[in-house]
Amino acid sequence: MDQHILSIVLLTPLAGLAVLLFLPASNRGLIRIWANLTSLAGFLISLPLVFRFDKNLAGFQFEEHFDWIPSLGVHYHLGMDGISLLLVMLTTLMGFIATLCSWSAVEDRVKGYYAMFMLLQTGMIGVFISLDFFLFYVFWELVLVPMYFIIGIWGGPRKLYAAIKFFLYTLAGSVLMLLGILTLYFQHYAQFGFYTFEISELMKLNLPLHMQQWVFWAFFLGFAIKVPMFPFHTWLPDAHVEAPTAGSVILAAVLLKMGTYGFLRFSLPLLPGASIDQTIVQILAVLSIIGIVYGALVSLMQQDWKKLVAYSSVSHLGFCTLGIFSLNPNGIAGSVLQQINHGISTGMLFLVIGVIYERRHTREIKEYGGLAHVMPRFATIFAIAMFSSAGLPLLNGFVGEFTILQGAFEANRIWAAFAVTGVIFGAAYLLWLYQRTMLGQITNAKNLGLRDLNLREVALFLPLIAWAIWIGVYPKPYFDVLRQPVTQIVERVRPGYFDAPQQAGWQAKSASDPKTGAPAPLARKVGQSLSPVSPPAAPPAILARNGGVR
Amino acid sequence: MNPFSQFFTSTDYLTIIPAVQLALFGCAILLFDAFEDFLFGGPQHRKRLVFGVLAAEVFAGMGLVKQQMHLGPDGLISGFGGSVTVDGFGIFFNWIFIVAAVIVAVVSYKYLEIAGEHHGEYYSLVLFAQSGMYFLATGTDLVTLFIGLELMALCFYVMVGFLRTDKRSNEAAMKYLLLGAFSTGLLVYGFSVMYGLAGSTKLAIIANRLAALPAWDPIVFLAMATTAAGLLFKISAAPFHMWAPDAYEGAPTSVTAYLSVASKAASIAFLVRIFMGPLAASRAAWEPVLAVVAVATLTIGNLAAINQTNIKRLLAYSSISHAGYMLLGLVAGNETGITGIAVYVMVYTFMNLGAFLVLISLRRKNIIGEDLDDIAGLMHKSPGHAVLMLIFLLSLAGIPPTAGFLGKYYIFLALIQTGHYALAVIATLYVAVAIYYYFKIVRSMFAGEETEKAPLATSLGLRLALGATGFFTLAIGIYPEPFLRLAQTSLLR
Repeated sequence: MDQHILSIVLLTPLAGLAVLLFLPASNRGLIRIWANLTSLAGFLISLPLVFRFDKNLAGFQFEEHFDWIPSLGVHYHLGMDGISLLLVMLTTLMGFIATLCSWSAVEDRVKGYYAMFMLLQTGMIGVFISLDFFLFYVFWELVLVPMYFIIGIWGGPRKLYAAIKFFLYTLAGSVLMLLGILTLYFQHYAQFGFYTFEISELMKLNLPLHMQQWVFWAFFLGFAIKVPMFPFHTWLPDAHVEAPTAGSVILAAVLLKMGTYGFLRFSLPLLPGASIDQTIVQILAVLSIIGIVYGALVSLMQQDWKKLVAYSSVSHLGFCTLGIFSLNPNGIAGSVLQQINHGISTGMLFLVIGVIYERRHTREIKEYGGLAHVMPRFATIFAIAMFSSAGLPLLNGFVGEFTILQGAFEANRIWAAFAVTGVIFGAAYLLWLYQRTMLGQITNAKNLGLRDLNLREVALFLPLIAWAIWIGVYPKPYFDVLRQPVTQIVERVRPGYFDAPQQAGWQAKSASDPKTGAPAPLARKVGQSLSPVSPPAAPPAILARNGGVR
Repeated sequence: MNPFSQFFTSTDYLTIIPAVQLALFGCAILLFDAFEDFLFGGPQHRKRLVFGVLAAEVFAGMGLVKQQMHLGPDGLISGFGGSVTVDGFGIFFNWIFIVAAVIVAVVSYKYLEIAGEHHGEYYSLVLFAQSGMYFLATGTDLVTLFIGLELMALCFYVMVGFLRTDKRSNEAAMKYLLLGAFSTGLLVYGFSVMYGLAGSTKLAIIANRLAALPAWDPIVFLAMATTAAGLLFKISAAPFHMWAPDAYEGAPTSVTAYLSVASKAASIAFLVRIFMGPLAASRAAWEPVLAVVAVATLTIGNLAAINQTNIKRLLAYSSISHAGYMLLGLVAGNETGITGIAVYVMVYTFMNLGAFLVLISLRRKNIIGEDLDDIAGLMHKSPGHAVLMLIFLLSLAGIPPTAGFLGKYYIFLALIQTGHYALAVIATLYVAVAIYYYFKIVRSMFAGEETEKAPLATSLGLRLALGATGFFTLAIGIYPEPFLRLAQTSLLR
């Protein structure tokens, strides 16, 4: 089983789908049970990945490799490194939670609904474990159709508009990305004399800088629209607001990560020259920072609960891309961790909205107020979700944002200065939201009779809360898992980064040349010695910088 | 030695077996139809003529297999002093014609019965048209090609107007005939100029003579431009596309399917023969022209489709845009580009036929079933049809893992290989436009409310054909290897 474990994880939802098709559409109970069992099985089957994954190995694990279309050089090639591992686990867990949260929310065309989620699940997992560009592209596009239907059929009043907007935006980006892929593919043929879509083969390419830059921008459009980075974010609020709760959860928690994952897996390693190019890095960092600040400011203004959270995604994903384009270990590791964090905390926030929407069928913030009196359990959970998203220490958001800010600081202090305002605004809009909806007296009589969370609803949140606390308190396993892949990416983009003399003087060095982010040593060893008070749990790299800042 | 055999050898016969068999079966069907009362006891059994078509296609297929086995060491069989050349390219395209004709024949009887115009000569026309197509794919002489083209076109003029009592059908046939005749005139003019330049009607000789002339020679350009105009009309490329939406909308849907697939495939084969043959030397002159035409075709096809509410018209515009993609393969013109055209035509055959088959199922007694409203709520009424239509539409748009993606993949790759980056960007962005109008249909099917309750038309032939087109649309997308190998045999040598 070991050599096919990735295929099994990948195909479990499809197998569930195949059975689902034969269940009678009228028997909703049976379909619900089957869908939940399938998604639970999907999660359980992916758990062995965690235990068998060897964090000390460089490169990919659980690899599977078959020829698929030999005449085009296309392979069925799966593999997993630390980054994929975290994202796949996020996907399988969120897949289960999204399925479970639809239990009573969806009454119409139940069979089609769950079928779309199963298809979506396969597509998303496939994106994160494909090591062949063609295969990746197939999964990448495969995701669009079920998401279109989830938004377009089970969504809110403007669902059709939102669904087609989502589809068109992402498709336009991804077809241009396809051109970039084909350029690499053809260049590989020109240089090596055979056609292949293997990522590892394409990495051997030696491309002139200008071509790298063109391909980079082609990839950028595909990935940036998916993330979404400012100014390509306009599809996101529409899609989120109109999507059903489970759709929003999956969209925020997993789908957006496909974009950031694309940057990490493809843009950086395949196009190292362009990725380090000053103009490109500056543009991407500035766009990320605009995303962070703009997303946060727009969130402050929202009257609609769900739209607020949607815009907060723009802000949080801005952190993720900023981390990536800091191009140093802290930035990238922080970015991956923040992607997981965003999945957890924003997933929870959308679940919170789903819970209240099921009861009141409105998302206007001014309709609420004082809910803590009638729904104490709900208020507690919402508080945890909110704090996790706002980056309260000991919860997950803090660790991610902090590491990213460190990376950004190392790359360019001005970036960090701007980005940190996003943290402040983030706390502001979330706390204000909480205050307006949960605290004070109940001003709207309709809210008096609201039912608190039932057992199933609490069960939705528990794994996420546990995960949030785990990352917040003890993130070391995550940084351990990420160390190898992040090191490889940084080594690939900035050869020699880790060879710089291991000295404590990283501060002086980055101060002397902050713009270009001169190779600063990875102060891992130093960090450990500098952190007497901190628990050994915290990531060493963070502590090193932490000590320095103080 | 028989003096006759000097002009008609067994090799000559080998090169035209399929066309001869198709034509003979066509005549036989006419005769059977004339004596139908006597032979099968009345017009209600007329659908048995479908078996005649099937038999013809089996024989034609066997003929192709035989030709394949007798291909010479240079990969071709040449007959009639070089007027007909059977090669991988011709055989490949003829398989596509066979597929199209079989599918169209087995779905037609139900449609024509409902429309009240079920006549035996329909099946003969299908076969006669196909034997014309045979010569379009294998002809290497201007006269042979011209006769093939006219044979095909005349059959289609009749078939488009087959619904004699329907105004739209008559109008469509008239428009198609008039514009078609005009374009043929242009084409023949181009041929005459080529003949004047080369002193021969054989493509190979013309190619040699034109190669000696400079690429920008004005007379060559004149020949190219007029020939191109005639051919572009047939594949409904801009600015000669005007007839297509009207003809497609007015024609019986089964004919529309045949017209949009087989006629287009044959004309593309013809186009490739001419442009990669006699006109290959003046590539510098025609490449920019075709590039502009292709972009214009993509633009008009895609933008005009957006506002259509009649699905047949929408698919007509979409088929115009597909002609644009195929032309881009010719603009790239390298090995990938030509393979790309073959792959594109292959996948287009299945997906476009499939989409029209769903429309054929929507035609019921007293329900035309062509508007977006008619397909509304199809998901409730017949989930199978709705899902198949979704697959066909995704494939038409070029979304993996459906077959349509492979076609677009080759075209894009060919453009990148030959450095046509701007064209590649335009071509890819129109994919996003296309998804918009294809998804108007999807939206109607899945999110709309049913406007009427009448069940879909169905017949054994229709079910089988839908299953087959759906199967191949997915199979080519998911496991394309055997199909790609097949397409690679079609490379011109």
